[in-house]
Amino acid sequence: MTAENHNWRNFKNAFMQTLTFACAILVIMPLLLVFYHLIKEGFSSINLAFFTQLPKPVGEVGGGMGNAIAGTFILLAQAAVIGVPVGVLGGVFLSEYGGTKLNWWIRFAADILNGVPSITWGIVVYALMVVPMHGFSALAGGVVLGMMMIPLVMRTTEEVLQLVPGGYREAAFALGISKWKTIVQIVVRTALKGIVTGVLLALARVAGETAPLLFTALGNRFWAHSLTEPIAAMPLQIFAYAISPYDDWHRQAWAGALVLLLLVLAINVGVRFLTRDRFQHKV
Amino acid sequence: MATTQNNSDAALIVRNLSVFFGNRAAVKDVSLDVTARAVTAIIGPSGCGKSTFLRALNRMHELNPEARMEGEIKLFGDDIYSRNVEPVVVRRRIGMVFQKSNPFPTMSITENVTVGLRLNGVRERKLLAERTEQSLRMSALWDEVKDRLHAPAISLSGGQQQRLCIARALAVQPEVLLMDEPASALDPLATSKIEELILQLKKDYTIVIVTHNMQQAARVSDFTAFFYIGELVEFDATAKIFTSPSKKQTEDYVTGRFG
Repeated sequence: MTAENHNWRNFKNAFMQTLTFACAILVIMPLLLVFYHLIKEGFSSINLAFFTQLPKPVGEVGGGMGNAIAGTFILLAQAAVIGVPVGVLGGVFLSEYGGTKLNWWIRFAADILNGVPSITWGIVVYALMVVPMHGFSALAGGVVLGMMMIPLVMRTTEEVLQLVPGGYREAAFALGISKWKTIVQIVVRTALKGIVTGVLLALARVAGETAPLLFTALGNRFWAHSLTEPIAAMPLQIFAYAISPYDDWHRQAWAGALVLLLLVLAINVGVRFLTRDRFQHKV
Repeated sequence: MATTQNNSDAALIVRNLSVFFGNRAAVKDVSLDVTARAVTAIIGPSGCGKSTFLRALNRMHELNPEARMEGEIKLFGDDIYSRNVEPVVVRRRIGMVFQKSNPFPTMSITENVTVGLRLNGVRERKLLAERTEQSLRMSALWDEVKDRLHAPAISLSGGQQQRLCIARALAVQPEVLLMDEPASALDPLATSKIEELILQLKKDYTIVIVTHNMQQAARVSDFTAFFYIGELVEFDATAKIFTSPSKKQTEDYVTGRFG
């Protein structure tokens, strides 16, 4: 083996190291760019009125998207009411009950659902709810986001339940504790932080969905009064403002995008906090 | 063959027990009587079916959907595999302690001790407190933890955690306690504490212990069963098994010539 050979190898190693590092940096560049842009364009429009007031008519400066912020939270609450119980209980079934074959099919279906384009969800709920009810509604918006959450929550719940060591289940059974109580009081309790993490991530994921809401919640320039009426949501408002020809609306759209990103970021930081705690107490 | 009448001091009577996983027989046609208020040790090389045998005694093997059993097991005269007997009820009467200590990580020391009672519907605080102290005293843990009963169970040392698991099993007042290599993951000092504990407990409880450690079997048990490839080779008083076994295989094993 010659020294030259060695040099060539060292060079290859250094080259590949640099290349992979550059790609890793490329991954975080978009986040930095997005942040930079949103803060530059949107930060100046964020004030108290932005969070508390309705949009002003064209030509009047000021106003906010208080209705859209409230609308997003109303939609997320509805989505959670549908997505969390169904998703968590489905995950419990996959992890604790069911036969291998059946579970394989359920898992397969859930994974396909996770990959369904969000606009497809919108059309489905449009056909199932908006058409029969003769109108767009907050309810339809909540249902579509909830349906999107179900497979996400189900799969993460299953995964974290599988991480609970079998020894805890055995210990509970050996005490004569029934299977259902073992699952609720021992297994789910042990994995609770992981389940909450999965739910929060699913909420963060659907919080920014726009396409399914176009067919269901539609958007609204006023405060929500009823779940059977169209409702405003931040992504919809951002979309409506961004394609408008008015500078003031553009600024509001930037601000809305910044607030939405901060919301998603806050959820993710919360998740980090939860999981960090989980690993500290890890047994 | 011995009959029930001849064994009025038997807590468990096992007759022609076979356990299968799929087509493979892990335990083959085993019959033995477990004497009440005594320690019965199960020894044998890895894979000889001793853990499976132990788990069949309180129907824990049924957690494996592949498992199937034949034969009969009676607990003080009651057929534990009778059609109308729920496994949950069997396990309340026959407790179990595992090789790896497994206190519930989300619960405090007290909560761990009382969990079996609470999840079976006991609400009375006074009774729970009494049972906590009683169980922790019996498992020789009371003096070490009485000032921090509400500390997380996983803050205890490995040996303490295992004794906590014993206290947890005792709190539901089982008639028989099964122990699956309870000290094999512990250091010598913690092991000797568990062994002392076993000798104390046999005054009130019937104990069946699976162990890899033959010295341990000799120290703590009154009767010893030697298993080899799923079969019960020899079952007798411990002193006899370790000094003058009647089978060549047993002698080879206890003298360390194989296994």
